[in-house]
Amino acid sequence: MTDNEVAVVPTKAHNSDDAKAPPPEPPTSRAGRGYRSSARRRERWAALSFLAPFLIGLTVVTIGPMVASLYLSFTDYSLIGDANWIGLENYQRMLEDPRLLTSIGVTFRYVFISVPLQLAMALGLAMVLDRGVRGLPIYRSIFYLPSLLGGSVAIAIMWRQVFGTEGLVNQVLAIFGVQGQGWISHPDYALDTLIILNVWTFGSPMVIFLAGLRQIPVMYYEAARVDGAGPIRRFLNITVPLLTPIIFFNLVLQIINAFQAFTQAFIVSGGKGGPSDSTLFYTLYLYERGFTAFDMGYASALAWLLLMIIGLFTALNFFMSKLWVFYGD
Amino acid sequence: MATKTQAPVHQVPVERRPTARRPRGRSELGSLRRLLIHLGLIAFAMIMIYPLLWMLSASFKPLDEIFSDPSLIPSTLEWRNYVDGWTALPHPFHRYIFNSTVIVAGAIIGNLVSCSMAAYAFARLQFPLRGMLFAIMLATIMLPIHVVIIPQYILFNNFGWINTFWPLIVPKLLATDAFFIFLMVQFIRGLPRELDEAAKIDGCSHWGVFLRVIMPLCTPALATTAIFTFIWTWNDFYSQLIYIRDIDLQTVPLALRLFLDSQGQTSWGALFAMSIVALGPIFGFFLAGQRYLVRGIATTGIK
Repeated sequence: MTDNEVAVVPTKAHNSDDAKAPPPEPPTSRAGRGYRSSARRRERWAALSFLAPFLIGLTVVTIGPMVASLYLSFTDYSLIGDANWIGLENYQRMLEDPRLLTSIGVTFRYVFISVPLQLAMALGLAMVLDRGVRGLPIYRSIFYLPSLLGGSVAIAIMWRQVFGTEGLVNQVLAIFGVQGQGWISHPDYALDTLIILNVWTFGSPMVIFLAGLRQIPVMYYEAARVDGAGPIRRFLNITVPLLTPIIFFNLVLQIINAFQAFTQAFIVSGGKGGPSDSTLFYTLYLYERGFTAFDMGYASALAWLLLMIIGLFTALNFFMSKLWVFYGD
Repeated sequence: MATKTQAPVHQVPVERRPTARRPRGRSELGSLRRLLIHLGLIAFAMIMIYPLLWMLSASFKPLDEIFSDPSLIPSTLEWRNYVDGWTALPHPFHRYIFNSTVIVAGAIIGNLVSCSMAAYAFARLQFPLRGMLFAIMLATIMLPIHVVIIPQYILFNNFGWINTFWPLIVPKLLATDAFFIFLMVQFIRGLPRELDEAAKIDGCSHWGVFLRVIMPLCTPALATTAIFTFIWTWNDFYSQLIYIRDIDLQTVPLALRLFLDSQGQTSWGALFAMSIVALGPIFGFFLAGQRYLVRGIATTGIK
């Protein structure tokens, strides 16, 4: 923890200004047509050799399986035997699958409650820390640590005890004379403990907010102060508008992440999504269909529905961003 | 999705501008106010990490104390929890640590080699379809693993790779962690092109430039990649759960889960002790590589 806050913002080696893809054309300073075309041909072959692992991976491990899972979603494949084409049957089955609806409800509640809370917390803390607080690197490290650990099985085990019947939370409540209950084992509260767990990992968006706050030129604040703007006005009229691209970025990223949450719910609920399906995340249900029941055709259809849902919300996010994200003038 | 997602990424500032820094300790912040802010932050930080500290202390507590005492100081130092936990499963715990280490080492080597190669091509070379491939690469960063895992499982099943480490290592050798390609592309673009040109005039091939010029200068980006790969792979539960069922090949997260299911409430002390053992390396890497981690997040927004 010896570095100072400069480390938040990477050194000059990273350059944000030319971060646009595709990268700019390299300067072609060589003379002579024949030489140039043979050099270009050599460059293409070199590019192919550098990209070979990536291209194989993209085809075999990513795009191939994506296409295959689309195909499987129209079959009744179950790992043993052939994949029989059954048309839209899997998708029709979804409409009458009560557990699927439950899992969508649970996942939506998780995503749309925990992500706003997490980002609000991240922004709030980043604002406080950005005011030239001494010891910033230490605070930043402490707040960031849960983000690193949060996805692990060990933390999920800890959570199970902390919110258990005789857990840490109830022990602390008992000091104040409050009789707690088994939060994890109660269908009304089990999901809330997972939401709290996700909010607890607000450190990584906070670090991104901190880097963003640092980019706001100080003269804006000075000018506003000269014009008589108070702290609230300065926050609403300078900080928030200039930070909207980063709020947007964090929002997109955290929503996509939250939709894919798996480990915590799996461990906390003992792999079943209980009690009474109250923590049956979409990913948990997908796992159960695909890898416990080996109902792989249906699970593939579920996987594609998940992709559609995430894609839809990401697209919606981008569409809505035109209304509130401010990219400077 | 691809071309759009990259837009906000650049908004994450990666370069410090001289005008941006506000003077520290503005006079407006009175010392009393500053003290209050510190007190608030310290209190909040304590609440945040209290469960972690408590778990550390509980791993040394006797069982009844775990369920009755919320304080951080154990009445006795119960090393037995660690001894019990180490031997509670069919294999001693170091077996699971070894298995995890093999996977982590393979993943780190795979990512370092394959992602840096792809990054060099994207950052420095001209080739057909580059823009499109770059966009596809960015899109795969956002692709949920749940969408591809079933056909991947079927594929690796056909290779006879279920219950081996291959499904967890081979994809890394094929640059499927596109995050790191992006991270390194960003980094390589920041390096002066004159260095490449000079090396080329001196007779270096593209591979020569890559190995002798770019890679040595990329050490910070490589370190970030290695540290994040370590943490993600060490923590990874989902794909290990799917590909590894064999008791001899269980990794640390799988062993913890097995422990939880088989012993349940009866041995929380030992379970906590092994959880601390599992978190230890991450914490160590966090302390050692903090600089690179924070830089990595600020550059790409990864977790």
